[in-house]
Amino acid sequence: MRIALFVTCLADTMFPQAAMATVRLLERLGHEVVFPPEQTCCGQMHINTGYRSDAVPLVRRHVRVFDPYDVIVAPSGSCVGSVRHQHAMVARRAGDTSLTSRAESVAARTYELSELLVDVLGVTDVGAYFPHRVTYHPTCHSLRMLRVGDRPRALLREVRGLDLVELPAAEQCCGFGGTFAVKNAETSTAMLADKMRHVLSTGADVCTASDASCLMHIGGGLSRLRTGVRTVHLAEILASTEHESAVRP
Amino acid sequence: MTRPTFLGMPATAPPGVGHLRGDESFPAAARRSLADPQLRRNLRHATSTIRAKSAGVIAESPDWEQLRAAGAAIKSDTLNRLPELLEQLEEKVTAAGGVVHWAADAVEANRIITDLVRAAGADRVIKVKSMATQEIGLNEALHAAGVTAVETDLAELIVQLGDDRPSHILVPAIHRNRAEIREIFLREMPGVDPALTADPAALAAAARRFLRETFLSTPVAVSGANFAVAETGTLAVVESEGNGRMCLTLPRTLITLMGVEKVVPTWRDLEVFLQLLPRASTGERMNPYTSMWTGVTPGDGPQAFHLVLLDNGRSAVLADEVGRQALRCIRCSACLNVCPVYERAGGHAYGSVYPGPIGAVLSPQLTGIDDNASLPYASTLCGACYDACPVQINIPEVLVHLRAEAVDSQRRPTAESIAMAAAAYTMDHPRLYEAAQRAARLSRLAGRGGRGLPPPVERLERQPRPAPAAGADVPRLVGRPMSARDLVLGRLRAALAAGAQTPVEVPRDYRYAGRLDLDQLVDRLTDYRAHVHQVAEAAVADTIADILPAGARSSYPRVCRLPGCRRR
Repeated sequence: MRIALFVTCLADTMFPQAAMATVRLLERLGHEVVFPPEQTCCGQMHINTGYRSDAVPLVRRHVRVFDPYDVIVAPSGSCVGSVRHQHAMVARRAGDTSLTSRAESVAARTYELSELLVDVLGVTDVGAYFPHRVTYHPTCHSLRMLRVGDRPRALLREVRGLDLVELPAAEQCCGFGGTFAVKNAETSTAMLADKMRHVLSTGADVCTASDASCLMHIGGGLSRLRTGVRTVHLAEILASTEHESAVRP
Repeated sequence: MTRPTFLGMPATAPPGVGHLRGDESFPAAARRSLADPQLRRNLRHATSTIRAKSAGVIAESPDWEQLRAAGAAIKSDTLNRLPELLEQLEEKVTAAGGVVHWAADAVEANRIITDLVRAAGADRVIKVKSMATQEIGLNEALHAAGVTAVETDLAELIVQLGDDRPSHILVPAIHRNRAEIREIFLREMPGVDPALTADPAALAAAARRFLRETFLSTPVAVSGANFAVAETGTLAVVESEGNGRMCLTLPRTLITLMGVEKVVPTWRDLEVFLQLLPRASTGERMNPYTSMWTGVTPGDGPQAFHLVLLDNGRSAVLADEVGRQALRCIRCSACLNVCPVYERAGGHAYGSVYPGPIGAVLSPQLTGIDDNASLPYASTLCGACYDACPVQINIPEVLVHLRAEAVDSQRRPTAESIAMAAAAYTMDHPRLYEAAQRAARLSRLAGRGGRGLPPPVERLERQPRPAPAAGADVPRLVGRPMSARDLVLGRLRAALAAGAQTPVEVPRDYRYAGRLDLDQLVDRLTDYRAHVHQVAEAAVADTIADILPAGARSSYPRVCRLPGCRRR
């Protein structure tokens, strides 16, 4: 299958290893991954902070760039959530009916990584090997906006060597929330403190999720407190094999 | 389509007044609560307890999602035809012997109620817990008029005696634990036993002793309303302690204040809400005390009943096609209990009497965005509130909508708006974008020193303006030809005329989704400490006779009418 990678601006800028792991995984499964180089950002930060009109050119760009592809994947529940639940709304508000219908069409072809693997490609065992104790944080937008449900856990359960431990209060937000972490830094940190407490209580070496933004927030806290627990994107775990780890040391 | 015009109507409905604004922005107020370990512990314990209880009774309800859809549809349909339903309610209440008053804002509602209390010759009123009376600041208005208002809900009483503010819609003293409550009672409750312990039963008994005398000696009660049925003129109050039942039945005069959005079209609609509300709010299967009354009944209960219908900014909310779904709210507080921000920042951080996620979407709409500009940002958009809402209010959607309104209302560029415009420009130009990405990676490397968490960036939202003097910016009615009734109805009609209403079909499939399960029924009855005997129909009479105490048997009918009964 020919799959377009929607890399997301955050992964592209800060966590390219998650995007590279997505490519490596899909190619290992026998698919062709293309990277439309004109892509930038889906505009979620602008939309969620109230700058809807600034987001219009970004939505237009995203739709133009990805419209030619039948299947689009992003290693981020949050960005897929924005494409699926916000793009058409922004276009409609801007009074652009043609953009609205094209945005809806692109949204229907855009998948979060675990959705693509389980629903479209029909695999849960991707042949991965990752010998670590891992806990999974389900991220709010994957959980409640996309309803990915048990798909990421189903994928993790098939990974050789991986010891999956349940995260207490997993469904609670880590406190990132985009510009929330800036505007309400103290409340955000209080939420992060509880998330870290729960992660540490599992005794896991690795906390994983399918969203670079939440991992950035949780990982920032865990590394600054020198907990010895690291955050790794789900794609990096699934891309790792006995021959080659996709996780940078 | 021609749109009706309403002569003399302002272009936009005026903002609500009353206790809807805080003194400081959400981040500033939250900073104080975050640093209070006792408050954090109390909130964590209380919200997680209610969450677990509510989740349990929702999980056992097979048709919960159908009920939610029905609840949302009934409320949306109600909002679409709010003016006509209010007129119908007014007609039915009046026909049943009640008196209906209309209040355009909090100032007017306070004046109406104060005048009614004075006319009844009372210097004290008993109150049923009510968000609407909190919203308008009724207790303060009555106090200024020399009338003492006594809160009879246990938690409201704790808040009142502690000279405190409520911090939760359902559990207003959620920020207090029992040791603190004991101290408040010992300090403030007249005639309290100095040996009072912090045992919940002892605290409740102390409050009961104090309140019993007040119930019996106060001639006027003020309540809110959970629902008002337009087709019958019936008012409904749901509560858990029985204090509401006392207030609604013992006094001679009953005054009820309700927001205009509390009306439901038919009696049958209560079937949906009385299932949704207890499970979502207190985590109970059925509400303990549900009081309903229609006008007055000679010789039984209050002999004078006044219903005050309150707008106070609601017509402005109705005019917003995205935001109006907040008027579906049935004040269950499920969104507060699941909100990770509320759980840490507490209710007082929201400034308004409406805290939590629903407050963050309701208060800025009632007051206008300028006075509560920080509230739509008091959320990570995690979506837990939307999932928990029994009437499917899409709170994240409204939050994002209000953030856009907050940005659009900025009169001059801010540091944030300039940064956002620059980011959008860069992201629409891939070469610039790539250069910016390289810079971002470098700055990230530079920031890897691990010197603790980064300091909070200077907060960009504006401080709220000081609250206007009550009623200051509201068109006065004095000297106007329009009555409050026509004013409120006119504003509501104008709000609906601003856009097309989508007709709503009310699904009734929830009625058939659940199947009667005898074993479950027996379990349920046993939970409620009932003795369940499963006997053949023919043995019913004998079984009952056996259960009855010996002295009562003589009054038991000798002939049983049940078909097939062998005692026939």
